[in-house]
Amino acid sequence: MTALAQRVPSRFLPVLATVVLFVLAFGVGSARYDGFASGQVVANLFIDNAFLIVLAAGMTFVILSGGIDLSVGSVVALSTMVTASGLQAGWPVPLVIVAVLLIGSTLGLLMGLVIHKFDIQPFIVTLAGMFLARGLCFLISVESVSIKDKTFRAVATAAIELPGGVTITYNVVIALLVVAAAMYVLHRTRFGRTVYAVGGNESSALLMGLPTTRVKVGVYVISGLCSSLAGLLFSLYMLSGYGLHAVGMELDAIAAVVIGGTLLAGGVGYVLGGLAGVLVLGTIQTLISFQGTLSSWWTKIVIGVLLLVFIAVQRTMVRR
Amino acid sequence: MKNRLIWPLVALAALLLLNLVVTPSFFALRIQDGALYGGLVDVLKNGAPTLLIALGMTLVIATRGIDLSVGAVAAIAGAVSCVHIGTSDSAGTAFAGMAMALLLCALLGLWNGFLVAGMGIQPIIATLVLMTAGRGIAMLVTEGQIVTVNNSAYKQVGAGFVVLPVAILISLLVLGLVAFVTRRTALGMLIESVGVNPEASRLAGVRSGTIIWTVYVFAAVCAGIAGLMISSNVSAADANNAGLWIEMDAILAVVIGGTSLAGGRYSLTGTLLGALIIQTLTTTVYTIGVAPEVTLVFKAIVVIAVCLVQAPKARAALSFRKVAVPS
Repeated sequence: MTALAQRVPSRFLPVLATVVLFVLAFGVGSARYDGFASGQVVANLFIDNAFLIVLAAGMTFVILSGGIDLSVGSVVALSTMVTASGLQAGWPVPLVIVAVLLIGSTLGLLMGLVIHKFDIQPFIVTLAGMFLARGLCFLISVESVSIKDKTFRAVATAAIELPGGVTITYNVVIALLVVAAAMYVLHRTRFGRTVYAVGGNESSALLMGLPTTRVKVGVYVISGLCSSLAGLLFSLYMLSGYGLHAVGMELDAIAAVVIGGTLLAGGVGYVLGGLAGVLVLGTIQTLISFQGTLSSWWTKIVIGVLLLVFIAVQRTMVRR
Repeated sequence: MKNRLIWPLVALAALLLLNLVVTPSFFALRIQDGALYGGLVDVLKNGAPTLLIALGMTLVIATRGIDLSVGAVAAIAGAVSCVHIGTSDSAGTAFAGMAMALLLCALLGLWNGFLVAGMGIQPIIATLVLMTAGRGIAMLVTEGQIVTVNNSAYKQVGAGFVVLPVAILISLLVLGLVAFVTRRTALGMLIESVGVNPEASRLAGVRSGTIIWTVYVFAAVCAGIAGLMISSNVSAADANNAGLWIEMDAILAVVIGGTSLAGGRYSLTGTLLGALIIQTLTTTVYTIGVAPEVTLVFKAIVVIAVCLVQAPKARAALSFRKVAVPS
């Protein structure tokens, strides 16, 4: 272990720890339950959490810049609502998609501008955004609206065959593409490097002449865009729009990002960490449903405990 | 300090005025069986839990912290006391149940304090742990059921009247106590100094750690009492929905009241106003006949408006414009 620790740069350790945890959790499941260690169970992890993967990718940007976005769950709900009612009103599918993505990124842009221009804490501004988006859902309709559009249903139920008889949905492909794009932007572009710089020390970044304004507002636009895209995936997954969809999903996204080793203080973390975090959360849920005798509320307790362990580990690492 | 309260006051007055215009009977009070009834009393009664939680939150925020777990703690308090009371109707059992619940809440507060002050974890994250796990714990206590009780002593806490609703009397009593203890002793100043700079305060001889533990315990106990009110009002404990999003309402109340999330300065009167604004807003939306779910939109607008008015940068922009106009 020490030899391994010496070979791997210490900045990768938190992500590595999450991956090890995922493998361990999966190993426990495979040892205890028949049929757990199948490719389809892994594929289902991705299918059932595609929207969360996208959310976590967007959230990673915001948290890396030292901010937080509490509005993502509500924006997912709003996106499902706009999708469902748009399709019900007979809008063509491309128009619905463009509208949803525009609404999400506009909300993000507005929140980012308020946060930056008026120097109000991200926590409060995105909390207001959370209330606003959820309220807007109910302005559209208080009831759940089901999606009956043929194209949409066809995409939602279409299965992509992978070798080995494993099937995935288009949601998974989109989610993985988003992760790849997020990795490219964060690790390979000037914008991405500025995100890290702003999260590390905003004043230094400003003094270095980096475009901090663009980045600080930009991360919320990215998060809004990811949230609305996650909303589209969620409407494909649920085939309905409802103001009570995705309640508390912002906490799942934050938990996934933190478990993935991203520091909430900003400046340290990777997009892949968020993906690993989502997979860990998904595996726990799968484990609990395979167990059968454990009630679903154990999921919450286990997630809480995991959060705690990872934060404690992060603390000791930062102190060193 | 005083003029910071003007905008919340204006907002509250505007809301009340709107109510008066829409329903002229809103301000009417009537006495029935020795208890006051009326629109204003309803606002006070329904706003009591939020006010109580917001009081605890004010002190936590004053130390530059935040407590997201209060809603979950409220749910746990309701669950523990209702499960203990069960089918019993004796006042003794009710008090024992409530005492147990509050003791447990104090322990949960100690836990939050340990994470924040002992381990030095960011408050948002430290309390996020209990916020996530807390509802699970409450579900564990109630075994996933909604536990209903039928206990007249317990019902008094949330639904009883001694001229005014008992709930608001409790909240106001706590407000009075906190105001007395923090403003008449040095405690308030110490809390503010910890909020401005914990490390400097520690070096100056202030026991920062102890103060942080204290405010988190206080916030959790407040949340516990609020949880008792919520569950007593409906004579049931609902682990999933009791106190759901009340932490957000409480934080809003504190922020609307002019307490800065950056810590170091707080206003208890402001928090009282903030809690009243939030509750009046909710009631207003009900009375003007908009779907109750849409309250959220109004809340968002009020939050942003009040924050913008209080933000130094927004004020500077406004006054700059005034100066720029040649007279």
